[in-house]
Amino acid sequence: MGQLSGPDPHVASNAGWAETPSRKGFFTDTSVCIGCKACEVACKEWNAIPDDGFNLLGSSYDNTGALGASTWRHVAFIEQPRRFGEQQTFFDQAPTDSRGDFRWLMSSDVCKHCTHAACLDVCPTGSLFRTEFGTVVVQDDICNGCGYCVPACPFGVIERRTGPAETKNVGIAQKCTLCYDRLDAGHMPACAQACPTESIQFGDLDELRVRAAARVETLHEEGVSDARLYGEDPGDGIGGAGAMFLLLDEPETYGLPPDPVVSTRDLPQMWKQAGLAALTLLAGAASAFIGRRK
Amino acid sequence: MAECHPVGFQWVMEAKKRGAKVIHIDPRFTRTSAVADMHVPLRAGSDIAFLGGIVNYILETEKYFHEYVLAYTNAATILREDFADTEDLDGVFSGYDPETGSYDTSTWQYEGIDEAAPSGEETKGEHDQSRQSRGAGHEMGGHGASLNASDVRRDETLTDPHCVFQVLKRHYRRYTPEMVSKTCGVPVDAFLKVCEAVTANSGRDRTTSWVYSVGWTHHSVGVQYIRGSAIIQLLLGNMGRPGGGIMALRGHASIQGSTDIPTLYNLLPGYLPMPKAGEHDNLDDYVATITSPSQKGFWADARKFTVSLLKSYWGDAATAENDFAFDYLPRLTGDHGTYATVMSMLEDEVEGYFLLGQNPAVGSAHGKMQRLGMAHLKWLVVRDLNMIESATFWKDGPEIETGELATTDIATEVFFFPAAAHVEKDGSFTQTQRMLQWHHKAVEPPGQCQSDLQFFYLLGKKVRERLAGSTDDRDRPVLDLTWNYPVTDDGEIDAEAVLAEINGGHLTGDKAGQPLTSYLEMADDGSTNGGCWIYTGVYADGVNQAARRKPGSEQSWVAPEWGWAWPANRRILYNRASADPDGKPWSDRKSYVWWDEQNQKWTGHDIADFEPTKPPNYRPDPDAGGIAALSGDDPFIMQADGKGWLFAPAGLLDGPLPAHYEPSESPVRNPLYRQQASPAREVFPRKDNLQNPSPPEANSDVFPYVFTTYRLTEHHTAGGMSRWVPYLSELQPEFFCEVSPELARERNLTHLDYATIVTARTAIEARVLVTDRMTPLFVGDRTVHQVGLPYHWGVGSSALVTGDSANDLFGVTLDPNVHIQESKVASCDIRPGRRPTGPALLRFVEEYRSRAGITVETGNRQRTPED
Repeated sequence: MGQLSGPDPHVASNAGWAETPSRKGFFTDTSVCIGCKACEVACKEWNAIPDDGFNLLGSSYDNTGALGASTWRHVAFIEQPRRFGEQQTFFDQAPTDSRGDFRWLMSSDVCKHCTHAACLDVCPTGSLFRTEFGTVVVQDDICNGCGYCVPACPFGVIERRTGPAETKNVGIAQKCTLCYDRLDAGHMPACAQACPTESIQFGDLDELRVRAAARVETLHEEGVSDARLYGEDPGDGIGGAGAMFLLLDEPETYGLPPDPVVSTRDLPQMWKQAGLAALTLLAGAASAFIGRRK
Repeated sequence: MAECHPVGFQWVMEAKKRGAKVIHIDPRFTRTSAVADMHVPLRAGSDIAFLGGIVNYILETEKYFHEYVLAYTNAATILREDFADTEDLDGVFSGYDPETGSYDTSTWQYEGIDEAAPSGEETKGEHDQSRQSRGAGHEMGGHGASLNASDVRRDETLTDPHCVFQVLKRHYRRYTPEMVSKTCGVPVDAFLKVCEAVTANSGRDRTTSWVYSVGWTHHSVGVQYIRGSAIIQLLLGNMGRPGGGIMALRGHASIQGSTDIPTLYNLLPGYLPMPKAGEHDNLDDYVATITSPSQKGFWADARKFTVSLLKSYWGDAATAENDFAFDYLPRLTGDHGTYATVMSMLEDEVEGYFLLGQNPAVGSAHGKMQRLGMAHLKWLVVRDLNMIESATFWKDGPEIETGELATTDIATEVFFFPAAAHVEKDGSFTQTQRMLQWHHKAVEPPGQCQSDLQFFYLLGKKVRERLAGSTDDRDRPVLDLTWNYPVTDDGEIDAEAVLAEINGGHLTGDKAGQPLTSYLEMADDGSTNGGCWIYTGVYADGVNQAARRKPGSEQSWVAPEWGWAWPANRRILYNRASADPDGKPWSDRKSYVWWDEQNQKWTGHDIADFEPTKPPNYRPDPDAGGIAALSGDDPFIMQADGKGWLFAPAGLLDGPLPAHYEPSESPVRNPLYRQQASPAREVFPRKDNLQNPSPPEANSDVFPYVFTTYRLTEHHTAGGMSRWVPYLSELQPEFFCEVSPELARERNLTHLDYATIVTARTAIEARVLVTDRMTPLFVGDRTVHQVGLPYHWGVGSSALVTGDSANDLFGVTLDPNVHIQESKVASCDIRPGRRPTGPALLRFVEEYRSRAGITVETGNRQRTPED
């Protein structure tokens, strides 16, 4: 078993795969997202996910709300009084004194497929596993619905499906599989395939990191100074994500934690502490006996 | 475009990546605006003022492409001295008849051209009222209007006061940046930035393209919107060149195809007009109306195209002796457009109606008139993927609730046939570049679902069986039809065989049985057939050219081996204009086709849209007609004079130049002319088609707001393909209205609560989205608020998501050229809370009408009276 935190360039082989293809992942470039939601629909079509209810949320054009058991790709829409790079809008000249800059951010969120995936680490049944592609997948037929994984995820991605009894996989923990079945057959995930503007890019994680860094640089040159990457750093609290993002604002704006940390990061330390505590107890108990013998 | 054509928009993003600047001009800040370099909000319905302002800017700053304009447009052509402009006549052009609300267009002609139309002595020129009733504007989809002469008088110095260039200058002189701002609500600096960007990016080295969709066409002056853009593109030299052009994004897949092979009442395939009773008694009369023997261009071959079409329809029964069965074609007796037909239904003049993938109860303007009309039918056939509102209005439409209809009183028999979707059948899509792309059946249609092709093939067979043995002459056209198509292993008619029939073939001679390779092979002696001349070549060599899918990386950048584009697989029309008059590319960067001096032929990246060996310096004999009359530097080969028309001397019914008129319903007084709305718009003063008052009429303040309708990415038009799909319905589950925070404050509208939107027709309710994406505008000395309404929802009981229909708010007012309704802009009132239900809704609307003093005349007077 590999470590529980820090960089891990061999995440799949450390999980026990003898021969592994290069690690696969997503780079979602939100600066070219047009919010068409084709990713949401393609994901549901391919993975046969039930709808998530028909509710007008009033959250700009977002009516699915967040990632969950029945929404594995989620497009956020954020209307902001800020400027998008050098974009010119003229709302400030409207007959009102309350208008200034404006931009409309869109971003397709997805499971991060963490290098150190707490959901997987805490899964007692082995339903959650690391694939040869380095991704994290739930096996529906093994999951017993214990739900340990749900609070373990630092992003709030994985969730048990609720609904009437006849709903597919009801009670089972559900999330993006990075289309494991498609990868196996040499295809790219459905969302990336459907994305018309290449906002969602699929590929070898190493290469995506290079591409992402170059894209940020280009945007900075074009005056989009708030462009930044999220989840690309193997040194971060999850050992780097398998799904990284180019964002145009703080992660919180998009509903992402600013500094995600794998919830099992401190386990070794905790076990160590617990072990020490146990040893101390043992020692205490032993000394008591020893003491008595005296 | 990102909003409604996200897949096509990938190429805009690709261009953006390569440095293209994207400017979005739209009342709303949409998903397109979000990624554009510039967003310019404007008042819905004011686009001609904006475009005219750009024309004025180009002319005043002399930024037009002088050589292109002089050589390739009709700028130098001299007009008749008795032509009078809107500047001279208080907002109307010469020839206006206030009694009929229509124009006699003869004074718009070029000087020296016979005012009676093209057809010669035996047929009198068609009256403009008649052209209006048959929606003759549709014919311009394939070519320009005809003229009676190829030789026109020109002033190469462009200084003659009667030359088009000078007339254009005078017409747009008052469309200044300040006037644009006052009319459109666009800040002057925003407008000038657009002007600068567009002109800086045009010329020898650069080109600009304009993209529009139904936001430009669904207006009482929609054709003139497009003309406005055409004038800009001609002045800047952006037509017939790579990266230029005007891109018409259509409302559905293959709408281009459904005008090429028309589903319109007034067209035959390939933009041949449908003959008219009393005027087109025989083939000679008919062909004479299409073309004049002395005019320039390929349209002079109309007889060959018509005869080949008739041979396709009636095979051996079409002979030289019987005028190739020309008499078998039906004749028009008037306007049979969709709105005229619905009004005829209300008069019980229509017995039956086929709806094929169309949901007029939700998608057409004035939904109530549509539903009430359908309730008068004897029978209604609905072929659709789902049980759409047009199939169920008789039990769950809004009029059942108000008591205007009672299910027990409706005698209409509704037949619902489940239809196969595009992935469940073979066929082609023709997209906006005129490119046909074949799609193969991927899965079998479920249950009893059937393709339209199969349905009509079988229906035709049954009708013919029923009529077999009939001796009645009127049954001959049906019995003599060629209706023998091969059937595939699945028992379905072979779609490729239909494509082959459309392509046409040789019927006699050594090539008998072989497909045609080009429409140039078509003959008028009955030796060829062909179902749509412009599509000839799509089945050249017996190969389905539309099914070609060679990747772009394996061929030239023009990608001629991906699909097939009409005509003759040309990817850019009029591409002779991509070279200068001498046949040399305007610049290396924009080279496309050019004259190869050595080999004495046109060559380049695309197939030249020109006679292949006609040299640039060719000058025709003055008496020549047809193709031979085209000079070596006449790139607009389908135009009667070979030139791009800055000024349209023929073909339009509502003016030779676009002039800004207010929408039929507008809270704003026209700042440019006394004439408020288009004086030639088609109005229907009826009790069931009441209009809101607009200035200078009294009480326009009862409806103080502008509303516009549009689509969202998540839904498809009237919802037939999306509101029954859970994955789409959940993404936009409910009808909403979009308002600015300023309007929300003014009217006490609360985010996510309900609002009621009212016009003279009805009131509807919608959830409120308060958003900064909507903005109030300064229009002159007042603030104008706009309400945005997506039109995807309808009242019914079958769909997953339902709601009031935005199109119910509109009345029926049409563009006279093409009978398209004004359904992208009107005036309204908006107030917080839900609308009344049941009969109370009718009383509520009646109260508005009486407060506004509305009568059938309100808003329906075409000529605005003098103050």
